[in-house]
Amino acid sequence: MKRLMLWLPLAGFALLFAVVASGLFRPSDNLVHSQMVGKQLPKFSLPPMVAGKPGLGSAMFADGKPKLLNVFASWCIPCMAESPQLMALKRQGVAIDAIAVRDTPENIAAFLKRFGDPYERIGDDRQSAVQLALGSSGVPETYVIDGEGRIVEQHIGDIRAEDVPEIVAAVRKAGR
Amino acid sequence: MRGLGSSPLHSRSPAKAAVRNAGPQEHAGSLRALAIIAALLLAFPAFADTPLPPAALADTQLPDAHQEAEARALMETLRCVVCQGQSIAESDADMAGQMRALVRQRIAAGETPGAIRKWLIERYGDYVTYDPPLSATTAPLWLAPLVLLALGAWIARTSFKRRRRERG
Repeated sequence: MKRLMLWLPLAGFALLFAVVASGLFRPSDNLVHSQMVGKQLPKFSLPPMVAGKPGLGSAMFADGKPKLLNVFASWCIPCMAESPQLMALKRQGVAIDAIAVRDTPENIAAFLKRFGDPYERIGDDRQSAVQLALGSSGVPETYVIDGEGRIVEQHIGDIRAEDVPEIVAAVRKAGR
Repeated sequence: MRGLGSSPLHSRSPAKAAVRNAGPQEHAGSLRALAIIAALLLAFPAFADTPLPPAALADTQLPDAHQEAEARALMETLRCVVCQGQSIAESDADMAGQMRALVRQRIAAGETPGAIRKWLIERYGDYVTYDPPLSATTAPLWLAPLVLLALGAWIARTSFKRRRRERG
């Protein structure tokens, strides 16, 4: 018994070492992931952001077709960077709806004119109420929503060219 | 404070972007330099923050002092989701202002601080609260002091016992 006790401090040290080492070697992830993934979209109804394009409500996602929900803003630089990828997604037949966070109709209209318009609907989330309800921690973020209005996946940050096939696959999978 | 870490934008490491931009067309260097200068001259300034003013309740106290105190206490224990190390009560980030407005609106509507915290945890996870609930990951945090206290008591007891024996 005494013999065993002698090893106890070393065992304690080894345990602490293992904890610290695993923390050091684990790839760092300082993104705030939404806990809403896997759940139904929160109920919301947003007025149209720009003239000639409808607003967005959670009920519109229950039409049986999977969609992307892009959370963006005209004042957001990574949103400008991802716009070509959204256009590419649209060309591949992916339906994209959007929530414009803390923005003005003029700025959004100018943004769409300059970078292209991949969106079917854009909701005006002036007070970031829907953004908070989604568990979104910034712009841009893109959610894959299935035909029943359930959040299947969350892409945090700008979509890059190499992310496009993955997102197309996720949307197709959500449609099955 | 609106520090470096308080940007609401999701951006990945610039190093990766730089690697991507280094193309094989080195011969077109001077033309490219010209193009870059032209782009810089033509570009309109891009502000990485919203042009809209903060929500009414972001920086305005509730008329009811008791409710304001309740809201304030809750804000101090909620983490700003874009600035990592600050509570929403002390952050100048736009998103923190929107979260303060949300807390005040809900308190004014009669919601309890506990319910508001729960609503936010359902969306952002335990990350959002500075008062972490007991779970598998936080259990060591809560149990370690008790374990250490018990260990200390045990060491004290055995050493006192030994001393008594030596004396007696």
